[in-house]
Amino acid sequence: MALPDPSSFVPEDFVGMMEGHHGGHLGIEYRAHGSDWAELALPYREDLIGDLSRGVLASGPILALMDSATSFAVRMKVGVARPHATLDLRIDYVRPATPGRTVIGRGECYRVTRAISFVRGVAHDGDPADPIANVAGTFMFTDL
Amino acid sequence: MDDIPYAAFLGVTAVDGDPTLLSLPYADSVIGRPGFLHGGAIGGFLEVASIVALRHALGIESDARIKPINLTVDFMRGGRDKPTFARGIVTRLGTRVANVDASAWQDDPTRPIAAARMNYLIERA
Repeated sequence: MALPDPSSFVPEDFVGMMEGHHGGHLGIEYRAHGSDWAELALPYREDLIGDLSRGVLASGPILALMDSATSFAVRMKVGVARPHATLDLRIDYVRPATPGRTVIGRGECYRVTRAISFVRGVAHDGDPADPIANVAGTFMFTDL
Repeated sequence: MDDIPYAAFLGVTAVDGDPTLLSLPYADSVIGRPGFLHGGAIGGFLEVASIVALRHALGIESDARIKPINLTVDFMRGGRDKPTFARGIVTRLGTRVANVDASAWQDDPTRPIAAARMNYLIERA
């Protein structure tokens, strides 16, 4: 995802980050962040449905939410904006998202090496103890 | 694909004459870092391609319900400012579970920008 400079992040930057970005078109919003984690939200929208008969969100927008939340977590862990690309992402769809509910994605970056950052994350729709999806993945820095 | 609003949101279209080949135009709505496709959009495109392939394998008359169990995507190359194609291949269609591989490319099918492996639960009526 596009990361802003300068290095100090303020939540207002997020609006700019989402401009002309896939996440912005999905309606992804900022929620919270810490030193090695970030939380984003994906409000329910009918044009993001994957199964019309049940009204359940498609899995793609949840994947995109988690890709963005974990990428954002890397930016927090590193402390500065560094360009990086997703190397791989694995997602387990634990249960379908409840129609009408906002999906919350929390990404965590638990390790950064010279070239690679390692991430994990959870998506839920209100109760973190009842997740929709779990993810694990890696990003590669592209400025080396 | 008409019953998947998310596929229309991405801008996915079927390629005429090939039931499992899909195309995705490059547009603002699928960009991540400037000049490149977003990983989530590529992954979502691969998921749509997998579902199309799986429905094709099941037969259009089937009313089986398909539920995603998990997905692993590898991103091999940046997706650039050009159309992207994807195809899903059902590697095993069982009574309860289907395994699907999908790949996305731009110029050359042998140089994929991303590939995914997916497992689906099939609930037959």
